[in-house]
Amino acid sequence: MLTRIRAPEEVPQDVGTELGSVRLRDVRKMFGAARRRAGAVVAVDRLSLDARPGEIVAVVGPSGCGKTTLLELVCGLIEPDAGTVDAAPAALMAQRDLLLPWLAAVDNAALALRVAGLGRQAARERSAALLRDFGLEGFEDARPHELSGGMRQRVAFARTLLSGRTVLCLDEPFASLDALTRQEMQDWLALALAPAPRTVVLVTHDVEEAIVLADRVLVLSPRPAYVVAELEVDVARPRKRTDARLVALRERALQELGA
Amino acid sequence: MIAALVALGLVALWEAYAQLSGIDDFVLPAPSAVATALHDDRALLWSNFTVTAGEITLGMLVALVLGLTCATAIHFSGALRRALYPLLIGSQTIPIVLVAPLLVAWWGFGLVPKLAIVALVCFFPIVVPTLDALDRVDADLRKLMRTFGASRWQTFRMVEAPAALPGVLTGAKLSVAVAAIAAILAELAGSDAGLGNLMLKAIPQFETARAFAAVLILSVFAVALFGLLALAERRLLPWAHQPRGTAP
Repeated sequence: MLTRIRAPEEVPQDVGTELGSVRLRDVRKMFGAARRRAGAVVAVDRLSLDARPGEIVAVVGPSGCGKTTLLELVCGLIEPDAGTVDAAPAALMAQRDLLLPWLAAVDNAALALRVAGLGRQAARERSAALLRDFGLEGFEDARPHELSGGMRQRVAFARTLLSGRTVLCLDEPFASLDALTRQEMQDWLALALAPAPRTVVLVTHDVEEAIVLADRVLVLSPRPAYVVAELEVDVARPRKRTDARLVALRERALQELGA
Repeated sequence: MIAALVALGLVALWEAYAQLSGIDDFVLPAPSAVATALHDDRALLWSNFTVTAGEITLGMLVALVLGLTCATAIHFSGALRRALYPLLIGSQTIPIVLVAPLLVAWWGFGLVPKLAIVALVCFFPIVVPTLDALDRVDADLRKLMRTFGASRWQTFRMVEAPAALPGVLTGAKLSVAVAAIAAILAELAGSDAGLGNLMLKAIPQFETARAFAAVLILSVFAVALFGLLALAERRLLPWAHQPRGTAP
């Protein structure tokens, strides 16, 4: 089933337009009980990353290379063992939509607003407006199980935007969708971000997704992760997947990944 | 449907055996004798039933209040979990049969010792599924709430508590059956009314059919209570019974 795609007609006013930046310097993060001794798993090592205000930075790497750790560092969910993390407040959107099954779509999207202390009615109004912009008109009162995978991800994205965080961390946001819906959602995300640029750190193992969406693509090594290559995607939007420059960049990224 | 047929068949067999074997009515009353007792003693059964039903429902309410408070406290505090959980399990090994007369000696023949015993028995089946449900809340949901700047309490109120409700209902359903047994046990230990009291008095009076009628009423009440809770679950928590996507 193809879902309707359209760009938000105007910049949604309620989601804030302030832009934050992200700066990671020589970050190291280890896991395991014996963290300071040998045998601990080093998730990321000597990792540096910058995202300028309004820039979309994609991070690709082999699975299990510490990409999720990277986002948790940016969101302040974990502290680095070494190095510095300097990031504006960030919201995390995970691969799984993590919608609350007992809440209607409109209430799910309004979750962060409710946390911030906004009244129920006001929160629902703002969230309903954004859901309409996202092509979910008529589904405001639907429970998550009544929505398709793509729709659920859009509700999750609305919730992330409404958190008012200036940095968005997207952790393989479309990986759980089927191939067709995934492409659709990638195009949709590009459209949704076009009128309201955001600082985005997008983690993915889908090289094409990275190239199509990002301004800059960082290729990570296997664990412990560090940056092995940095590709500028200097192609104007809207982009076509078949654009020769994008195809060439994709080839390069795959080479760097060692695929 | 099949359950009803099986029950009907068993009752028929029982009736046939009681009629044909010439067994004494006070040893094994026929279903028809129980039915007669149910009709003839209805006023007596009803007045005793209201006492026992009150003990069961109030006792379960006490267990729910205490159990949910305790589960929440344990959920919030690792120290409390280590301190209370072993005691909680220990409380389940208390031989109620021995404690019940003691409670009656302390608190008399009234409602209080009954509530204490029913609550003691129901407490555990309520706390364990509730705690399990709280513990099973997706860690990623907690992370999500943290990136939104939610306080520990907000995360509990908006995410963990609703997610744990199916566990609470499961615990309540589990405790219905043991609550009925506990109420009867408490009445046997010392009481002046209730279905257990009635059974205790009926058997030496060779009114076995009346005791069976009391058992029947108690079973029907427990099944009805269970059904009510199952209905509440379906009405209040439809999301817990519908096909879910990837959300927990």
